[in-house]
Amino acid sequence: MLFPPAIRAAIATVGVLGVLALTACDKKPGDKPAAQAGDKPAAPPADDAKTTIKIGLIAPFSGPFADIGKQIQYGVKAYLKEHGDTVAGKKIEVLVRDTTGPVPEVAKRLAQELVVRDKVDFLAGFGLTPEALAVAPVATESKTPMIIMNAATAIITTKSPYIVRFSMTLPQISAPMGDWANKNGIHKVATLVADYGPGIDAEAAFIKTFTAGGGQVLESLRVPLKNPEFSSFIQRIKDAKPEAVFVFVPAGEQCITFMKSFHERGLAEAGIKIIATGDLTDDHMLPTIGDPALGIVTTFHYSVAHDSPENKAFLKAYTDANGSEAGQANFMSVAAYDGMAAIFEVERKLGGTMDADKALEILKHFTATSPRGPIAIDPETRNVIQSVYVRRVDKVNGELRNVELSQFDNVKDPAK
Amino acid sequence: MTESPEPAASAASPEPRPAPMLPTDRWRLADSLLWLAPVVAYVGFPHHRVLGSQVIITAVFALSLDLVLGYAGIVSLGHAAFFGLGAYTAALLAVHGWGEPLTGLVCAGAIAAVAGYATSFLVVRGRALAQLMITLGVGLLFLEAATKAAVVTGGIDGLPDVPMWRVLGLFRFDIAGNTAYVYSLVVAFGAFLVIKRIIHSPFGLSLRAIREGARRMPALGAPVGRRLVAAFTIGAGLAGVAGGLLAQTTQFVGLDVLDFQRSAAVTIMVSLGGTGRLYGAFVGAGLFMLMQDYLARQSPEYWQLWIGLLLVAVVLFARGGVLGGFDAVRAWLARRPR
Amino acid sequence: MVAAFLSVLFDGVAYGSLLFVISVGMSVTMGLMSFINLAHGAFAMFGGYVAIALMKRAGVPFAATLPAVMIAMALAGAVAERSLYRWVSRTRPLDQVLFTIGLAFIATASATYVWGPSQQNIALPAVLTGQVHVGGLDLGAYRLFLIAVVVVITAVLHALVARTRFGAQLRAAVDNPHAAAGLGIPVDRVFTISFALGSGLAGLGGALGIDVLGLDPTFPFKFMVYFLVVVVVGGEGSILGSAAAAVALGVFDVVGKYYIPSVGGFLIYGLMVVLLLVFPHGLFRIRK
Repeated sequence: MLFPPAIRAAIATVGVLGVLALTACDKKPGDKPAAQAGDKPAAPPADDAKTTIKIGLIAPFSGPFADIGKQIQYGVKAYLKEHGDTVAGKKIEVLVRDTTGPVPEVAKRLAQELVVRDKVDFLAGFGLTPEALAVAPVATESKTPMIIMNAATAIITTKSPYIVRFSMTLPQISAPMGDWANKNGIHKVATLVADYGPGIDAEAAFIKTFTAGGGQVLESLRVPLKNPEFSSFIQRIKDAKPEAVFVFVPAGEQCITFMKSFHERGLAEAGIKIIATGDLTDDHMLPTIGDPALGIVTTFHYSVAHDSPENKAFLKAYTDANGSEAGQANFMSVAAYDGMAAIFEVERKLGGTMDADKALEILKHFTATSPRGPIAIDPETRNVIQSVYVRRVDKVNGELRNVELSQFDNVKDPAK
Repeated sequence: MTESPEPAASAASPEPRPAPMLPTDRWRLADSLLWLAPVVAYVGFPHHRVLGSQVIITAVFALSLDLVLGYAGIVSLGHAAFFGLGAYTAALLAVHGWGEPLTGLVCAGAIAAVAGYATSFLVVRGRALAQLMITLGVGLLFLEAATKAAVVTGGIDGLPDVPMWRVLGLFRFDIAGNTAYVYSLVVAFGAFLVIKRIIHSPFGLSLRAIREGARRMPALGAPVGRRLVAAFTIGAGLAGVAGGLLAQTTQFVGLDVLDFQRSAAVTIMVSLGGTGRLYGAFVGAGLFMLMQDYLARQSPEYWQLWIGLLLVAVVLFARGGVLGGFDAVRAWLARRPR
Repeated sequence: MVAAFLSVLFDGVAYGSLLFVISVGMSVTMGLMSFINLAHGAFAMFGGYVAIALMKRAGVPFAATLPAVMIAMALAGAVAERSLYRWVSRTRPLDQVLFTIGLAFIATASATYVWGPSQQNIALPAVLTGQVHVGGLDLGAYRLFLIAVVVVITAVLHALVARTRFGAQLRAAVDNPHAAAGLGIPVDRVFTISFALGSGLAGLGGALGIDVLGLDPTFPFKFMVYFLVVVVVGGEGSILGSAAAAVALGVFDVVGKYYIPSVGGFLIYGLMVVLLLVFPHGLFRIRK
């Protein structure tokens, strides 16, 4: 069918104008968005009478980093199980969003949708640095407090005044290891870190404190994140003949591959010790790594073996809320747990309302006894101040645990 | 002037081809109605504008791949290299002081086109499998380069806070995605018009001929190699424009703009919608992204299963994609005795 | 100095042999059926998971799982070839790519559903751990085992292809399927058996590789590129070519990272592009 061009143009124009006219008449506030059956519970239409406090939880739940999202969610659920989901008379609602990460543009879009469409009061989660960085401007522009529950690169908190971090930074946990190594007879070290932000942070922080105490760094290796074969790097370590190798690789498969290569090439027999950040002996992965992990000394802010009533309560709540297939709790779930504690604290003090700047003030002065130990937020940098423990992997009641040997208290993030 | 009647599409053969007809670059009513859809979406789904802008940008990217894959017949699994190159160009320009969106977009497209031209000589020779591997290899090389050049590209952490100036000096990129949506839509429309013109030109016809029987072309005096290089270059340039759009509207670039998942996803989208059809890219991109958004909410862990099943189903039952399916239905309807 | 180089070389050869075992099936399939099977890695992955299931649930010792895995994946391959792949055997490369990527997605999602997204780990028998001292060098015991297994397999494969009737039929079918069918060779059956063999080898490789490459549901995608490189650079259908390409890839990757750690993946991908330009049909090609 073919109308003369003029008629077609007329129809098109009328169509466009008609649609525009429809919008002028149609001013429903908060129209129902597309079905969101993935939320828990079903989101009510946006209303002005606040009966719920909404938290948008953004993290990767599928893809190679799915474990991070899961651990964060388990931690959130553990807190809600223990403390209920009501505070100051208002109900807490957690809207879970998957970035399928690392895809920063999806993270940013999800944050925008959560803020504009769902009108959340808090943005939380953030398992990966690029996603946190992408969302920062959204938090600033919408004045929404952004609770970081995992991402560890130092610069994140500088990207928005509304960011508060509850996890840790690599410099924070790596620097103490330099001190410990010097005091414990280790003077020659090779370093091996994953080649990305947190890894470079860890390397720099460790080397700074280590060399300041008189230690000598023989070799510094950076391993690509996607690296199936460690042989070449292990060989270089062997060539350098250090007393110990300082390692940082992100918690997950690289830890296992590294450990295997280390043992297979006989570095342990050669007397080279492993000193690392706790990512290498992450509680969640420890059962998979198995006995090769015995004896490794790490510095970290959380161990499942930490002996405190808060930790016991947390672990119990974790298993109650998530069941046994959730595996072992770890530092990511603890950070999420503490993040939720902070949100609850804010709402208690604000009486169930939301004022971003007041909320930030409360968050900046937040202190608590977390399952990991005492924590506080540094009001200047909005990073968490916590105890960093030196632990060794031992068998406790037949299971592998990071047993705490000593600790450094009130460690701030030294990068700033 | 009437068009030649559309003969019944060969529904019996396993591969429904676009119904052959003489090229006419006319603007039809159907085109107007189809382009009303995003306008309606803007109005009807005001809280989905950010998603909408990203669907549009992905559609432009898919269109660029369709030119290379659907029309020129080059199977490319590394097209994200040009998308990413455009994205980083636009972002780096802004980061280093020049945040004007439109000129930034032009630069992004130009640089990607140059890269496309340079790599086209590697790609246009060789048969399907080698082509596939070379495009894959080029894509991976770009990704490696961007990862290594972390000082420039921000590496794995990405380039945040890309400072964009206002579009036309008036419209700020706002948090609700209004400017992003309209800006992307206008650019997409422009790209569409350009590609439409190309496809319906003698050059476009020769591309289709090459795809269907490259060996016969020299007999007609048509230079196969040069045409393919041209098609690949234009496709790369348009991909760069799409990448630039993404960087500008999200004010962020990460390494994921270059990775294999993106190349694979856009190939899937083009096939889903129907290769070698002007609207196939849009249909495929829209369908895929909306499905992904929906499925990622329903079962974040298992959306890969559904995409996998969909792919298998499309190849087995709907070889020509969604639009191919429409063609088949139309042909079937046309053949029914009245 | 030399000892270090030899050590690293040895590791590269071991790594390459592993890639060869997994990829050889894909090479034969591509050469034989001109079929691009991007889901090949899924057979390797499932082989690994079957080995783990046998070891953890049924307490089967590691060495005994290997033949079991081979048989299991060979059967799976035969079934898959008869049912799924048959439908798409005569389609465009693009369709094959999409179909097999779809299968790979389904495989990944199923593996995630059954075993979870985390890395799997196995405890190797003590005899295979640690190091062996050979002529002044410390060589990993497991890697020695790997190379030994692969050498045996290559010898068997070669004998199979060069000396048996089936091998002759296979070579004929690769050279020219139509003529072979015309001579009464049951080309279909040859296809199925080859596919089964290739899948079985992939499964074996997956099980052998758990200790070296790791195992998680994203395995088919993580290593897809490596397998493709081996097949395309080595020449489709050529077993010798795959072996050469795999070992070269392994050696270049490991040795490259030792001497120039910052080079990363450039070496491999750049090498692949260059090789493909110089040898567009692969290093050794079967089809003339």
